[in-house]
Amino acid sequence: MFEIFGIPSQALFGQLLLGLINGSFYALLSLGLAVIFGMLNIINFTHGAQYMMGAFAAYLLLQYVGLDYWVALVIAPILIGATGILIERLFLQHLRKLDPLYGLLLTFGLALVIEGLFRNYYGSSGMPYQVPESLQGGRNLGFMFLPNYRAWVIVFSLVVCFATWFAIERTRLGSYLRAATENPTLVRAFGINVPRMVTLTYGFGVGLAALAGVMAAPIYNVSPQMGSDLIIVVFAVVVIGGMGSIMGAIVTGFVLGIVEGLTKVFFPEASNTVIFVIMVIVLLIRPAGLFGRSA
Amino acid sequence: MRLAGSLAVALAALISTAAQAQDTVVKLGVLSDMSSLYSDVGGPGSVIAAKMAVDDFNPAAKGMKVEIVSADHQNKPDIGANVARQWFDVDHVDVIVDVPNSGVALAVNEVTREKNKVFLVSGAAASDLTGPKCSPNTIHWTYDTWMLANGTGKALVKTGGDTWFFLTADYAFGHALERDTTAVVLANGGKVLGSVSHPLNSNDFSSFLLQAQASKAKIIGLANAGGDTINAIKQGAEFGIVAGGQHFAGLLVFISDVNALGLKTAQGLVLTETWYWDMTDANRAFTKRWQVERAGKFPTMVQAGVYSAVTHYLKAVAALKSAADGKAVVAKMKEMPTDDPLFGKGTIRADGRKIHPAYLFEVKTPAESKYPGDDYKLRATIPADEAFRPMKDDSCPMVNG
Repeated sequence: MFEIFGIPSQALFGQLLLGLINGSFYALLSLGLAVIFGMLNIINFTHGAQYMMGAFAAYLLLQYVGLDYWVALVIAPILIGATGILIERLFLQHLRKLDPLYGLLLTFGLALVIEGLFRNYYGSSGMPYQVPESLQGGRNLGFMFLPNYRAWVIVFSLVVCFATWFAIERTRLGSYLRAATENPTLVRAFGINVPRMVTLTYGFGVGLAALAGVMAAPIYNVSPQMGSDLIIVVFAVVVIGGMGSIMGAIVTGFVLGIVEGLTKVFFPEASNTVIFVIMVIVLLIRPAGLFGRSA
Repeated sequence: MRLAGSLAVALAALISTAAQAQDTVVKLGVLSDMSSLYSDVGGPGSVIAAKMAVDDFNPAAKGMKVEIVSADHQNKPDIGANVARQWFDVDHVDVIVDVPNSGVALAVNEVTREKNKVFLVSGAAASDLTGPKCSPNTIHWTYDTWMLANGTGKALVKTGGDTWFFLTADYAFGHALERDTTAVVLANGGKVLGSVSHPLNSNDFSSFLLQAQASKAKIIGLANAGGDTINAIKQGAEFGIVAGGQHFAGLLVFISDVNALGLKTAQGLVLTETWYWDMTDANRAFTKRWQVERAGKFPTMVQAGVYSAVTHYLKAVAALKSAADGKAVVAKMKEMPTDDPLFGKGTIRADGRKIHPAYLFEVKTPAESKYPGDDYKLRATIPADEAFRPMKDDSCPMVNG
C-alpha cells in the first residue's frame, strides 16, 4: 500500500468519499440559493431555517402522523415550499424593485424569527430521528465502511441536482424563466404570467432546502439551530461558484465538500475555515466566482 | 426645593430601614443560556427550579422576602459580566445562580468577587472555579470536569476499556476535559492512542469517526458537549462504531442529550451525573412539579442543582438575617451542613466545592425503558469523598496559598 503525504492511501480514499457526501448537502442547499438568486435576485437568508423546517417536518410527520422517511421526502418539501410561497406573496414580492439588500435583511430577520419560534416550542437540544429501516447497515468497501444511507444521499442528491439543472437550462419552461429574469416586461407581452412563475420558483428553491433537511434528519442532530450552523458555509459555496450560476453551485458544492474532507485529515482544526479561505482567494482573483459571468 | 429633596431622601431612608426591620429582602438572579445550545440544560428550567426552591423555603414565614430575576447571557462572557454588573450595581441583586458555559462563569466569578456578592455555579463545568480561580464568594455546586473524567474515565478503564481515542472540541473546555480524562486513564493503567480536535459546532463527524475507527481504540472519548456529542454518537451508530466493538464514552452528557438521540441510538452509553430524576421518590415528586411548566421535558442535574443551591443559600441568609455581605453568607453556607430533598446531606469545602456522591449510569435499551424518561440504569455509585478532586491537588490560593 502506498502513502500520500504520510497518510495511507486507503484512509485518503475514505475521506474523499466522505467529502463527496458532505458535498451533496452543500450542493443541494447552494443549488436552491442559486435558483432563487438567479431568478428572483433575492439573497435568501431564510434558507437555513427552511432546511431546518424540512428536518422538523420529517420528525413531526413521523411522530404525529406516523408517516415514514420516504413519505416525508415527498411531503415535507411540498409543505415547506408552500410556506415559502406564502412568504413570497406576503413579503418578498413587495421588495422586487428595491435593492437586493432589503431582501437580505428581510429574510435574515425571518430566519431569526422562525428559529426562535422552533426553539420556544421544541427546546434547543434536538429531536431523535432514525435512519429508515431499508437503508440501515452498510458495506465494507475495502478502504472504508460505507453506511447505506450515505450512499443513498450521494446518489439521490446527484439525481436531484442534475434534474434541476436540466429543467432550468434545457427545457422550454426553464427558458421562459431565464427570459423572465432578463426582461420580465417582454416575457409578459408573450402572455406568460411572470409574477406567478417567480412565486413558484421561490417555492421550488425553498422546497429544495426542505428536501436537504429531510435527508439530513437521520444523520445530523435535528435542532432549531441546525440551519444557522450550515447556512454561512453554503453562502460561501455560492459565492465561490458564482452567484446565480446553477452549474457553479452544484460543482462547487461537491468540490468544496471534498476539500473540506481532506482538511479534516491533514489539519482538522481548520476544517470549518478552509472554505472561507478559498472564498477570499476566489474573490481576489475572480470576483464574479468560478462559474459566474462578470457583470 | 432643596429642602424638599433632602426630606424625600430622609423619608426614603426611613422607609427602607423600616422595611428591613420587618423583612430580610433577597434578590436572586438566574443567569443562564435562555436561547441557544445550553438552554435545555439550564435556561428556563433553571428559573423554574429556583422558583420552586423559594416556594418550598416559605420565606414569608421566616420574615424574608425573596424576588427572582433572570437574564440570557447568550454564551458570551462580556454579556454575562455586564448583566452581573448591572444586577449588582443597579438592581440590588444579592446572588447569581446557574451560568452554564465555563467561559461566562469565569467572568461572572470575577465580578462577584469584586462586588462582594454570592455566585452559586450549577451549569458550568470548569474545575478551575475551585482551582486557580477559586473565590470566597463562589460555590461550585453540581459537577465539574474533574468529577466527569474521574467518574466515567476510571470506571471504563477498570472494566476493560484500557485504550482510548479522543474526539475533542477545539476550545478551552474540550481540552480541559481531554487533559483531565487522559490523566485518569493513564493513572489507572490505560493508554491513549490518539486524539483529534474538531471545531466547535461541527456538523459532520464522519471523518473524525473514521480516524477513531482506524485507531482500533476500545473507547472513543467524547470531550465535547451538546450538539457536537449528539452528532458524534448519532453518526457513530451509522458507521457501525458500536457494532464493531468500540464504545463511546460521553464525558459530558445530560438527559436532554440522551432524549435528543433517542434510546435506540444512545443505548449502552456510559456517563456520570450527580442527579437523576428517577432515582428517589423526592426526585420524582420534584420532576412532577417541575413538569407543570416544562411539559414533556425532564430536569437535568444542573436544574436540580439550582434548586439545591438556592435552598441552602436561603437557609444561610435566614441564619444571618442579612444577605448584604457576600463573603459572610458564603462562609455561613460552608459552615452549615447541606440538606435538601434532591441531593440529600452534604458539605461545602473551604475551596467552594460542594461535595456529594456521583453516579455512573448506563443508558437503557429501548426494550428496558418502560416509560418516557426511563433512560438510565445505575452502574456504580461514587462516594462523596471520592467523587471530586481532593483539595490538596486544587491549586486554589485560598486553601493552598
